[in-house]
Amino acid sequence: MKKADVPQDETCFAATNMKEVVYAVGEDGNYEKALSSGWNAKAIALQESLDLIDEQVALTIQKIKAGELSPIAYYMEVQRMDVAILASYVGFWQWRVKRHLKAKSFGTLNTKILGKYAEVFEISIQELKTPSI
Amino acid sequence: MKINFEHKQSAHCENGVVSNLLNYNELKVSEPMVFGIASGVFFVYIPFIKLNLAPLFSFRPMPGFIFSRVSKRLGFKIKRLKFTDKVKAQQQLDKELVKNNPVGLQVGVYNLTYFPDEYRFHFNAHNLVVYGKEGDTYLISDPVMPEVTTLTAKELEKVRFAKGPMAPKGHIYYPTQLSEHIDLKKAIIKGIKQSCNQMLAPVPLVGYRGIHFVAKKIRKWPEKIGVKKTNHYLGQLVRMQEEIGTGGGGFRFIFAAFLQEAAVILENPKLETLSKEMTVIGDQWRDFAIDASRLYKNRSKETDAYTKIADKLDTIANAEKLFFLKLKQSIK
Repeated sequence: MKKADVPQDETCFAATNMKEVVYAVGEDGNYEKALSSGWNAKAIALQESLDLIDEQVALTIQKIKAGELSPIAYYMEVQRMDVAILASYVGFWQWRVKRHLKAKSFGTLNTKILGKYAEVFEISIQELKTPSI
Repeated sequence: MKINFEHKQSAHCENGVVSNLLNYNELKVSEPMVFGIASGVFFVYIPFIKLNLAPLFSFRPMPGFIFSRVSKRLGFKIKRLKFTDKVKAQQQLDKELVKNNPVGLQVGVYNLTYFPDEYRFHFNAHNLVVYGKEGDTYLISDPVMPEVTTLTAKELEKVRFAKGPMAPKGHIYYPTQLSEHIDLKKAIIKGIKQSCNQMLAPVPLVGYRGIHFVAKKIRKWPEKIGVKKTNHYLGQLVRMQEEIGTGGGGFRFIFAAFLQEAAVILENPKLETLSKEMTVIGDQWRDFAIDASRLYKNRSKETDAYTKIADKLDTIANAEKLFFLKLKQSIK
């Protein structure tokens, strides 16, 4: 890649005024560092993965409203976690977290366990029980 | 207290931390040099590890390998500590800072407040340098950021004790005992040799064979797992190839920059020619990323399009095979 071809597309970097370093060939044929404000090709890829999360969250909300899943599933996905990550944050086995994702077992949880989830998600127990979805 | 530490923005966090820490300790090595000596150029496809609902593709060795290989090849030691106790982790950090010793930390990305929101995933192998403390605030040199930044003690604790795969556990590291006589030439040759070996490795999922393997999969995916999933997998491949920390084209441009530096140090003009060839391969990777992104943006239904980009990937794999065979010859 020539230095003149370093992509300067407008991406999510714009909000924080960030630029990233790439290595490119300068006019004298030698490699040098260049700054890029982002590249559409990869911004699209990134957006695609974020859209997938949103889609997943929308599906989960439906299932919570239908009484299948618990609000823990919603907060987990909004914070871009999966069961393995959430389990290591709350310090439970994965099978236990999986069970807590079901609406049925969520209702039986005591405040101590609910408190642990609330702490990880940085919300109150009240918010955990009644998410604004 | 503030250590007089020079922050240089780099393309990849681990190279950058290593290069900046070594520069502070009066060993001047550029980012591409660190990358090359550590044999950072790589490809691996790991279908059985899923990351964000897609298989893992990687253009780099395991996190941590770069520093260990550089230390081995340049002959210095690294002190590494991990903690279970958060208080002890902070005490150790403060102790080093008082000694005027900037240290590297492994951290999780998700809670890094200064990162753009789009990049905040639960990825736990990011690296940064702490070079001072003022009151309750730590001075941070994050190599992928343009400028130095800060984190409060609480924020820093949170990222140092992020959980999940590859949890950092407060991991702190810094170079010790730099040797007086550094044989840069030997280190470079070692780095090049290992690069060739790993890219030409006789196993199906690694190196140029790994790229062929993925190309073969791309031909089958649309029928087997559906267009939607295929597009997501391709998106993952492009993100791994071009996200912050790859320097573009899956590290190929950094490797080309390394070869150019190496050509001068080893007085081997063949490496200069090979550097140019690597640049061409890097450009091919970028072309591939453009085509792939078009594919999932337009949600094209024709399977023909997938065959076409698979062909492109095969071309790249062949080019890399030839390239690393030549590279192997050139340093004999």
